[in-house]
Amino acid sequence: MEFGIFVVFAALALAGSLTVVLARNPVHCALGLVLALVSVAVFFLQQDAQLLAAVQVIVYAGAVVVLFLFVIMLLGVDREEALREPIRYQRPAALALGVIVLAEVLFLAGRTWATGAPSQRGPVHEEGFNNIETVARTLFTDFLWPFEITAALLVIAVVGGVVLARRSGQPAESVDEGHEQEPEEAKA
Amino acid sequence: MIAALELTGNYYLVLAAVLFTTGAVGLLIRRNVLVMFMCVELMLNAANLTFVTFARELDDIGGQAIVFFTLVVAAAEVAVGLAIIVAIFRRRRDATADDVQLLKG
Repeated sequence: MEFGIFVVFAALALAGSLTVVLARNPVHCALGLVLALVSVAVFFLQQDAQLLAAVQVIVYAGAVVVLFLFVIMLLGVDREEALREPIRYQRPAALALGVIVLAEVLFLAGRTWATGAPSQRGPVHEEGFNNIETVARTLFTDFLWPFEITAALLVIAVVGGVVLARRSGQPAESVDEGHEQEPEEAKA
Repeated sequence: MIAALELTGNYYLVLAAVLFTTGAVGLLIRRNVLVMFMCVELMLNAANLTFVTFARELDDIGGQAIVFFTLVVAAAEVAVGLAIIVAIFRRRRDATADDVQLLKG
């Protein structure tokens, strides 16, 4: 049963990721990304990471992909991509490199465990605690300082996003007026 | 026959490696910056899957805590990256990576 679920969702994850890479229309790519992300959330559930599975669906499949789709619609780039190749042999070279990377990773992973380190942060299953409580206790004790830094990171990202999305330097009206006035001055 | 097979961590690790490679190849062959960005998200997710797998294999909750931070970084990255894409698009009316070559020597 468990293995059957794995096989089904592994196939769905691969189908989703291949859609991201191969689909011409960016909207189809975003939908393929949702498929892959939800499948990975199922793998999280299978591996006793219930909180992360929920966060994965809410944050990734919810917020991030919706943001992607929003930008696609906003920019109107939902048309198909040109097939021209500016750098010669780029695609065959990329495929060959991908095969090499995959072979390397599988070779390294197949040799032995990358690490045999004993548990440092406590076990995944603790008596009397569920997954959310266990993760929360680790986050607010062992990882308290990184946790605070991520708060700062999010604030910086939000401020950076607002600054970048604004028209550079001046308010929007004055920039537009400046462009409109130039032809009139030329006529005069 | 399928039910008899044991589901070990290695299956997840191999799948994560394949997903990561797919994302990496997509990043190299696609020209649309939005799709390249999605491929980066795919690679981050494959890394997350590896973290969770090792968290279970080594029975260490730290692996799941790290995935939390990866999620936060990915969200911040998307916010800033999409703002940059919108800013580029305002100037160039296109979202193709090859056209952004102002700094090319």
